[in-house]
Amino acid sequence: MNELISILNGLHPDVDFAEAEGLVDNGVLDSFDIISLVAEIDSEFDVRIPAEEILPENFNSAKALYELITRLGDN
Amino acid sequence: MQYNVLEYLEDTVNRVPGKMAFSDGNFSMTFAEVYRQSRAVGTWLSVRQYYNEPVVVFMNKHPKTITAFLGVIYSGNHYVPLDEEMPLFRVGLILETLKPRIVICDSVGANKLAGFGYTGMIVEYDAIADSKSDDEALRLIRDRQIDTDAIYVVFTSGSTGVPKGIVACHRSVIDYMEAFTAALELNETAIFGMQVPLYFDACLKEVFSTLKFGASTYLIPRSLFMFPVKLVEFMNENKINTVCWVVSALTMISAFGALEKSVPVHLKTIAFGSEVMPVKQLDLWRKALPGAHFYNLYGPTEATGMSCFYKVSREFSEGEVIPIGKPFRNTSVFLLKENNEVAGFNETGEICIRGTALTMGYYRSFDKTAEVFVQNPLNKVYPELIYRTGDLARMTEDGDLIFVSRKDDQIKHMGHRIELGEIESQVSLIEGIGHSCCLYDKSTDRIVLFYSGDTDEGVLIKQLRGKLPRYMLPNTVERMNKIPLMANSKIDRSELKRRLNSNIK
Repeated sequence: MNELISILNGLHPDVDFAEAEGLVDNGVLDSFDIISLVAEIDSEFDVRIPAEEILPENFNSAKALYELITRLGDN
Repeated sequence: MQYNVLEYLEDTVNRVPGKMAFSDGNFSMTFAEVYRQSRAVGTWLSVRQYYNEPVVVFMNKHPKTITAFLGVIYSGNHYVPLDEEMPLFRVGLILETLKPRIVICDSVGANKLAGFGYTGMIVEYDAIADSKSDDEALRLIRDRQIDTDAIYVVFTSGSTGVPKGIVACHRSVIDYMEAFTAALELNETAIFGMQVPLYFDACLKEVFSTLKFGASTYLIPRSLFMFPVKLVEFMNENKINTVCWVVSALTMISAFGALEKSVPVHLKTIAFGSEVMPVKQLDLWRKALPGAHFYNLYGPTEATGMSCFYKVSREFSEGEVIPIGKPFRNTSVFLLKENNEVAGFNETGEICIRGTALTMGYYRSFDKTAEVFVQNPLNKVYPELIYRTGDLARMTEDGDLIFVSRKDDQIKHMGHRIELGEIESQVSLIEGIGHSCCLYDKSTDRIVLFYSGDTDEGVLIKQLRGKLPRYMLPNTVERMNKIPLMANSKIDRSELKRRLNSNIK
């Protein structure tokens, strides 16, 4: 989880990702961030997020994103 | 001969009044509604004696915003699109340049502007869109108008920190639209999916093609460009068959592997531009849509829109650059070397543009205009303006242009044109910042900011958020003890570039 938070902070050093919710709904993340995140998650966690999982609910909080990574990593 | 862009709408509304013109997926307007409301807005403005001056349209990406633009043109004024997501600081800089007497808003925009230093008139679109139009008043305006009257001012990044407003007239837009629609072989069956925001010249392609042919345009919500599968669903639901997108919007779909899951099956015409299209991504699209036509577009806002196009007609090997092709009809593009001589085949030169499609120049900025709208150095005998783009290119023996690079620190990031100097000048205004330097890392498409000083990264970004649009925010921030300087005390950009490259490896 800390690793993911540090990736997120690399994109937005001014956001408290441990707490923040609604990252998509509130416009914290934009399309560039999503592209960067998918690429960095691939290289750091060795998890490839398939297109059908790139959905608002999976990117709305660090927790949701971490759960997605864990779920995909298990398979 | 056509003298006014509104003739597109007026011809079309007679033919297909009930057809859908613009929609955002929830809210749609027919040509008859666009016609009625834009004339109402035009009448309202003209009754209040606004004429030949900037009218700011501070509204969201919505069909009514387009109608507001057309209303402003009906009144003989020029519309200035500003985006609600733009930080108020930047809105302030633009209003300072324009000194507008009136702003048209939607309810969100009105709330944003209230409490801000603007003292002119603010009117909500919905409050005037159903007012009565006066055919006689609008006819008198039309009679006074000539085709070199300004119709819009759009703002682009300026290297000194102040955005530059580019002024365009009826003539250049008509010239561009006629050439553009012929090159892409568009007609009334086109159903556009508009990706670009309405505050750029890029939206002219969809807006005026739709008005000219009686075609239709869906304004795709910005948020869909984060979620490829949802985006393709939207396109298929609305049978979108034509797109003119920035490269990063197309590659967002293909690079995420979305085309393996679902294909935007109705697409027939796919135009892209603003950045270099990677061959690997283009191949994924061509494989998914073997029957579609693909066009690479190139052009600066200063020449109204696009100036060159290349229809993809062969395979490209990876690493090869897709040409920007040849100029549109009635536009001349040539390459000048540093000594102002024409570049030979495969020699690099600056792209220079000549023709009716040139815009009028920059708003309230004669000096900046004169730097780039200059006498054609090849013409020694009478006045003739060209626009020097600052883009470097070379020409193949087939006469196709190949983009090489920029002459200066302007970059293209996610389809946006950005002066790195504008970011630096905002950074330098923040308290506690020593030196700063902004670079673009092409290999990862990131804006990288190096700085020295006491302010920490989070605080710095938070401050910048209030000053710059979000697409201009640095993607990586690196605080250094000391920024490398050259002997003359200027920042050593090449040393920082080396540092950037070694960081990657």
